[in-house]
Amino acid sequence: MLQGWFIVVVSFAYLGVLFAIAWYGDRRADAGRSIIANPTIYALSLAVYCTTWTYYGSVGRAAATGIGFLPIYLGPTLMLALWWFVMLKMIRIAKANRLTSIADFVAARYGKSQLLGGLVTIIAVIGVIPYIALQLKAVSNSLFIVLHYPDIVMPARADALPLLQDSTLYVALIMAAFTILFGTRHLDATERHEGMVAAIAFESVVKLLAFIAVGLFVTFSLYDGFDDIFSRAGAVPKLQALMSFNGNYSSWASLTFLSMAAIMLLPRQFQIAVVENVNENHLRRAIWLFPLYLLLINLFVLPIALGGSMYFDSGDVDADTFVLTLPIAFQQQWLVLLVFIGGLSAATGMVIVETIALSTMICNDLIMPTMLRWEWLGLSRRTDLSWQLLNIRRWAIVIILLLGYLYFRVAGEAYALVGIGLISFSAVAQFVPVIVGALYWKGGTRPGALAGLAAGFLVWGYTLLMPSFAKSGWLPVDFVAHGLFGIELLKPQQLFGLSGLDEITHCLFWSMFANIGAFLGVSLLRQQNAREAGQATLFVDALRAPQAPGARFWRGSAQLEELLPLIGRFLGPKKAHEAFNQYAQRRGVASLNELKADADLVVYAESLLAGAIGSASARVMVASVVKEEALGLDEVMNILDEASQVRAYSRQLERQSQELSAATRNLRAANERLKELDRLKDDFMSTITHELRTPLTSIRAFSEMLRDDPRTDLAERKRFLGIIVAETERLTRLINQVLDLAKIESGKAEWHTAEVDLREVIQHSVDTTGQLFKERSVALDVSLPDTVPSIIADRDRLMQVMINLLSNAVKFCDPGSGSVDVRLWRDGKMLRVDVADNGPGIRREDQAIIFEKFRQGCRSSDVLTTKPQGTGLGLAISRQIIENFDGRLWVESVPEEGRAGATFSFKLPIQATEDKTAKEEGA
Amino acid sequence: MTPSRLTGQRLTAIFLLGWVLFDYPLLFLFNRNIYLFGIPLLYAYVFLAWAGLIALTAWVVERRSD
Repeated sequence: MLQGWFIVVVSFAYLGVLFAIAWYGDRRADAGRSIIANPTIYALSLAVYCTTWTYYGSVGRAAATGIGFLPIYLGPTLMLALWWFVMLKMIRIAKANRLTSIADFVAARYGKSQLLGGLVTIIAVIGVIPYIALQLKAVSNSLFIVLHYPDIVMPARADALPLLQDSTLYVALIMAAFTILFGTRHLDATERHEGMVAAIAFESVVKLLAFIAVGLFVTFSLYDGFDDIFSRAGAVPKLQALMSFNGNYSSWASLTFLSMAAIMLLPRQFQIAVVENVNENHLRRAIWLFPLYLLLINLFVLPIALGGSMYFDSGDVDADTFVLTLPIAFQQQWLVLLVFIGGLSAATGMVIVETIALSTMICNDLIMPTMLRWEWLGLSRRTDLSWQLLNIRRWAIVIILLLGYLYFRVAGEAYALVGIGLISFSAVAQFVPVIVGALYWKGGTRPGALAGLAAGFLVWGYTLLMPSFAKSGWLPVDFVAHGLFGIELLKPQQLFGLSGLDEITHCLFWSMFANIGAFLGVSLLRQQNAREAGQATLFVDALRAPQAPGARFWRGSAQLEELLPLIGRFLGPKKAHEAFNQYAQRRGVASLNELKADADLVVYAESLLAGAIGSASARVMVASVVKEEALGLDEVMNILDEASQVRAYSRQLERQSQELSAATRNLRAANERLKELDRLKDDFMSTITHELRTPLTSIRAFSEMLRDDPRTDLAERKRFLGIIVAETERLTRLINQVLDLAKIESGKAEWHTAEVDLREVIQHSVDTTGQLFKERSVALDVSLPDTVPSIIADRDRLMQVMINLLSNAVKFCDPGSGSVDVRLWRDGKMLRVDVADNGPGIRREDQAIIFEKFRQGCRSSDVLTTKPQGTGLGLAISRQIIENFDGRLWVESVPEEGRAGATFSFKLPIQATEDKTAKEEGA
Repeated sequence: MTPSRLTGQRLTAIFLLGWVLFDYPLLFLFNRNIYLFGIPLLYAYVFLAWAGLIALTAWVVERRSD
C-alpha cells in the first residue's frame, strides 16, 4: 500500500488540509470572529517549539545519553513560570510600539537603530539556518525510509547524490512555496497571521497524537508495559547505563539555560508568543498547558529509545529513526503513515513560522533600510510599495530555505539532529543580554548592544559553527585540532586552554563572557543619548505607564498631506486611509481633514509604518517628511523627571486622600458616639428624677396629711411617720447608690484590694441576710468547698455584690415554698459563685435589660411596670464591681422551657495575684 | 490582565523550586539503580516532579479568587 505515489498524495493532501484550516482562519479573522482567540489554541501554537528535532531527535539523543534529552523541555517549563512578568511585558511593549520581530524589538529599544536591527537579523538568519536544515534533513530522511517500506534502509549521504536527484532540494522548494502561500498573501500592519496560527495549533495536535501512538505501540504492543521494557533493558549493560545520570551536570545546566532562552527568543517563538498573541490573558493558560504538552510528548521517548536499541541491537539503524523504523519492522503500515505525517507536521510547522518570522526581519531590517538609501531605485517616487514589500518577503523565504538546504548539503551529515538544533539555540542565546537589558536595565546603549551582539556572535561562529563545517570536511580539520594558525590557545573547542566542557557549554561560556562583557563595558563608556534614554523608559517602565508611547519625546511640526501619502506608499493608500480614519474617530474628530498633525499623530503614523517596515526604517521615513526639533538628553531627562514627579505626586495625593477619608470616618464615628452618650445622659437624668420623685411624693403626701388633719389618731400618725422615715431611707440609699455608680463608672471609686477568701465573704453575706430569709420563710442552702485559693479583690465590694444577689433572690421567691442555693466552686483558673432561686425566672429578652440602670426585674410574665422594691441600681453596680476585678457576672434562666428559677453567677480569676497588686501600686 | 503581585511571587517561587528540583544535588540524590514500580528511580522522579510543578502552576494561575 505504501507506494511512492500514495505517500506523496497523502502528504500533499495533508498540506491541503492545513491550508484549508489557514484559509478558514483568515476568513474568520476578517469577519471579526477569530478562531484563535482562545487560550488553548495559543498554548498549542506555542508547541511549534517541538520540531522534528523533538519528534525524531529526542529518541536519538535518549539512545545516546539517556536522560540528557530532557533539559531542552525542562528549561521552557521553568521559563514559562516567569512569563507572567517577562512575556507580559514583551507583549505590551511589542503591541504599544507595533514591533513585529525580535530584530525590531532590539532595534527599537536601543534608539531605533537600523544597524542594530540588521545585526540581529543576520545573527538570527545565520543562527537558525542549521535548524531549518535539520527539518529538511528529517523530512527527506523519513521520506526515504518510508519509500523503502517494508525494508529498513538508512539514507545515503546527501552529497553522494547529484543535486537534481536530491529529494531534499524538492522538499525545500515545496516548503518555500507552501510558506509563501501561507504567510505572504497580504500585508498586515501588525504582521499577524491568524490562519497560520490555527494551522500550527492543528499540527501540534497531530504530532503529539502520532508520537503518543508510536509510544503506546512500542510500550504496550511490542513490550508488556513500562516495567517490562525497563527490566529487559536493565539486563543489557549498554542500556543499563542510560537509566542513570552519566553526563556531566554543567552540560545539563547549560542546556536548561539554552532552552529557556530559546523558548522566548527563537524567531518563531517570538512570532507565535508575542506577535500572534491575540489577548494577553491567554498567557494564563499557556503557562501550564504548554509545559504539560512538553511532558506528554516526552513520556514515551525513553521507552522507544530502549525498545529500538534492543530490537536493532546490531547498531546499523540510526536511533534518530526509531520512531519510524520500529513500526516498519513490525509491518504496521497505518502507524508508519501516521508517524510520517506527524513528522511532516513537526517540520512544516517549524519551517513555516520560522521562515515567515525571518523573512519579516530580512525585509524590514535588512532590505528596506538599504533600499531606502538607494536613490536610483526611485522608491521615493512610487506611490504604493506594499506589493514590493510582499515580493521581498517571498524572495526572502525562498532564499532562507535554499540556505538551509545548502547547510544540509555542507554540514548536515556530521551531526545528529539534536546537535544541529543546539547550534541554533546557542546562536539565539546571544540575544539574552540585550533583551534582558532592554526589559530591565535603562542604562544600555546602542553601541553597547552592537558590541555585545557582535562579540557573542563571533565567538559562537568560531567555537561552534566553524567546527561544524570543519567536521563535515568543508573547512580544513586542522584548525579544530591544532588551533587557528597552529596556535594551541586558539583551538576553537578548547579556547584559551579551557577543556573538560562539552562543546555547547564551552561555546556558551565564552560567548556569554564576550557578549555580556562587551554589552556592559561599551554601554558604560558613554552617556546615553536622548533617543536611547527615551526608548529605555518606554521599555523598562512598560508595565507601569499606561500612556501613549513616545508622544512625549517628539517635538516639531508636520503636515497631514505629507504623512498620509507616506504611510500609503507602504501600506497601500486604501489601508492608510482606513487607519487614519480610525484614528480620527478615536480622537473624536469628524473627518480626516480636521485632524491636527500633532505629536500624537506623528507617533501614530510612525507606529503604523513600524508594523510594515520596522521601527528603525519607519523612524527614518517619518523624519524625512516632518520637521522635527532634536531633543537634547537634558530635555528628555527633564520630561522623564517630570513624568516620574507627576507619578510621585499622584501617589502622594492618593495616599493623603486615603488618610483623609479614614480620618473622616473616625470623626463621624466619634460624633455618633457623642450623640449616643448625650442621649444616654438624658435618659439617665429623666429616670433618676423620676426615681427621686416617687419617694418624695409619698413623703410629701403623708407630711401634708399629718399637717392638715389634726384629728388623726396616734397609731395612724405613727404609721405615717414610719412610712416617711422608710421613704427617706430609700431616698438616701438611692442617692448613695447613684453616687457610688457614678464613682465606679468614672474610675474615681476607691478600691481596697487585698487577698480575699471568697468562702468567708459568702458566709458573712449569708449571715447578714439571714434575717431576711427567715422573715420570708425562704430556705437557704449554702455549699462551699473546704478550701479555695484566695483571690485579689475588695472584700467589702464583694460583700455588696453577694448581698445584692442574695436579697434579689429572696425577693423573687414565693414566701414559704421558696428556696435559694448558693454554691462556690473552682472552674479552671476562675472561682465561680452561683446563686440559684426557684422564683418565676427571667425571660430571655429581659436578661440583658436587668443589668442596666434603673431597670428592674419583673419576673417572667410580669411587665416591667409593676415595681418591686429596690432602686434598680444594684445589679448595674454589681456588674461594674465584678468586671473591675476582671471577672464576669451573668444570669441564666429559661422560664420559656417551664423550668423555674434564675441563676445569677459570677466568676473571678484566681491567678494574677502579682499582676493585680502591681497594677494597684502603679495606679 | 493585571499581574497580581501575589500570583507573580508564587510563580517566581515555583521557578526557583523547579530550578532546585531539576539540578545537581537533588538529581544526584535520585541517581541510583533502584526501580520504582519497574521504572528507574531517576525517571520516575523527574517526571513526577515535572508533573507536580505543572499542577502547582496551574493551580496558582487558574485560581479565580485572585
